[in-house]
Amino acid sequence: MSFEKIAGRGVYVKGNDIDTDRIIPARFLKCVTFDELGPSLFYDERFDAEGKSKDHPLDKEENSGAEILISDDNFGCGSSREHAPQAIQKFGFRAVIAGSFAEIFHGNCTTLGIPCLVMSQDDRRDLASEVERDPEAEIVIDLEEKKIICSNKIYSVEMKESARESLLTETFDPLDNLLKAKDQIQATAIKLGYS
Amino acid sequence: MGRALGRNLFQKVWDDHVVRRLDNGQYQVFIGLHLIHEVTSPQAFGMLRDKGLGVAYPSRTFATVDHIIPTDNQSRPLEDPMAEKMIQVLGQSTAEHGIEFFEPESGSQGIVHVVGPEKGLTQPGMTICCGDSHTATHGAFGCIAMGIGTSQVRDVLASQTLAMDPLKVRRINVEGDLTVGVTAKDVILHIIRLLGVNGGVGYAYEYGGSAIHSMTMEERMTVCNMSIEGGARCGYINPDETTFSFLRGLERVPSGNSFDEACERWRSYASDADAKFDDELVIYAGDIQPTVTWGVTPAQAIFIEEKIPSPEKAEGLDKNLISDALSYMKLKPDEPIKGTKIDVAFIGSCTNGRISDFREVAALLPGKKVAGSVRAIAVPGSEQVDKIAKEEGLDKVFEEAGFEWRKPGCSMCLAMNPDKLVGEEVCASSSNRNFMGRQGSPTGRTILMSPIMVAASAISGSVSDAREIFGLSEEVV
Ligand code: SF4
Repeated sequence: MSFEKIAGRGVYVKGNDIDTDRIIPARFLKCVTFDELGPSLFYDERFDAEGKSKDHPLDKEENSGAEILISDDNFGCGSSREHAPQAIQKFGFRAVIAGSFAEIFHGNCTTLGIPCLVMSQDDRRDLASEVERDPEAEIVIDLEEKKIICSNKIYSVEMKESARESLLTETFDPLDNLLKAKDQIQATAIKLGYS
Repeated sequence: MGRALGRNLFQKVWDDHVVRRLDNGQYQVFIGLHLIHEVTSPQAFGMLRDKGLGVAYPSRTFATVDHIIPTDNQSRPLEDPMAEKMIQVLGQSTAEHGIEFFEPESGSQGIVHVVGPEKGLTQPGMTICCGDSHTATHGAFGCIAMGIGTSQVRDVLASQTLAMDPLKVRRINVEGDLTVGVTAKDVILHIIRLLGVNGGVGYAYEYGGSAIHSMTMEERMTVCNMSIEGGARCGYINPDETTFSFLRGLERVPSGNSFDEACERWRSYASDADAKFDDELVIYAGDIQPTVTWGVTPAQAIFIEEKIPSPEKAEGLDKNLISDALSYMKLKPDEPIKGTKIDVAFIGSCTNGRISDFREVAALLPGKKVAGSVRAIAVPGSEQVDKIAKEEGLDKVFEEAGFEWRKPGCSMCLAMNPDKLVGEEVCASSSNRNFMGRQGSPTGRTILMSPIMVAASAISGSVSDAREIFGLSEEVV
């Protein structure tokens, strides 16, 4: 998968401070793998106590198959649970656009290869209304140029530079690289009296 | 070599732990202490297995169980087969890799952020990680302590390092004396109210000032614990004599001469007098009143005597946030929060489930009874807290007043064990999150406050001022 350009349809989930308990309620954390998390995404916002649909944007027919999640400020705040980005990814999303992101969530997303793009409120409003007007509209995310194209409009976005760099070079999963420094790690451990 | 001047604690600990700079501009940082629990770590062992990797420094990782463990009946196998499986998977993985596991009934089990400090694993100048956002708690000892995701748990297991961006540091000075009935919990709720739930994004919070340094270690942990609720990845307090005397004699802390040497080293991590900060602010302790939340984020908080805010008087997006929060909480604008009926009272969690919290409440309870309409539970943060509480007879004091005294765990802080709200119940809670659905019912409502305020509210059956219920005044103290 290349990250230079990501294209797909978008869906807008409105609201500031959407916390990871809302993204994936705690009872779904009872698992020893992340495989089954997709359907539980935003569960309590999407279904009532009887399991009846609350007509959440994610469940509107015209939005099915959307791959780009759009939300507002401080998205992903709260718990560090990686279950949240895992559920987002397993549900089928490939990128998240928001006003701002909570840090642990942002880091988790990047490690999983989900770009987190920061867009101004005015642009977000505009993009969201574009998507709501025409759910078929394709959103193209250009990480290289830090812009987003939708219905002939161009929006600029911001991104944490280290995250952008590691996505573009496809080194977003840092582990292999971290393991290369075994000797330096050991030297640091000894210097600090940790070993 | 002369000591570099003008650095804050974050910079000193960071500089010492950096292994190298990475190509994407991040740094590879050594992690001194890694704590794991059953919810966010079993998957990491699976990832290691998939990659054919082992654990690099097994003696730097410690495991406990807290989130899913029931607090009524902990006999094994647990009633919930998935909960049982999660504990077993953690037990097997830790055994396989030679990681020490503080399992239930070992005498050391408990909430990960209560266990680390009480065993003396948490020490000044360390980098500490755990797959849990409240890892910030450990910053009370003068550490960089951060929550991480499961893939990062994997990274730490495999390499004992993390790829990280450095943080900016905001110094928050709380000056002067707190008034009677105002606690560490009120201080941090007030700070979050002032700076907002995302005010700390990109920052570590350094808490200082006379009010902070006159706090006990337990109180400091309460403050640092909720740094994450203010958006800060971590929060810390410079180590001082209070820190050292707390550490002296703890199981995993060096003793004798080595302790004195350790103190010297720990002291050197404190921010220099001429340290620079990216931001600084002062809060006057005397201005802080007992604080309770009215909404669905910890920043949606007011003093007990204040009225619930009105969306009419707010602007822009705040208007929506307030009206959404009020409609979820089923509260009315411009009404007092005091007097709001509660159904459940919960004292516990990694914010306020330490022995000092139970001592403080127990001192006020004699002669008082929990209102008949309220279900009240007291949940020690660890087996050790439970043991000390029982030795001191605190459990009996709580029971006498109408609380249930439970076994240690996260309990009603989050909904992963049988302790849950039902329907639209309102809970006065000493925990840290009042998010929608946080306490187990998708329509349950949480009001955060200090343990003594929870106790006061349990007694009167509605949100109350501990100073009134317990007759606290300056003379008494
Ligand atoms: S007590 Fe609550 S916040 Fe603390 S570790 Fe447990 S679930 Fe998390």
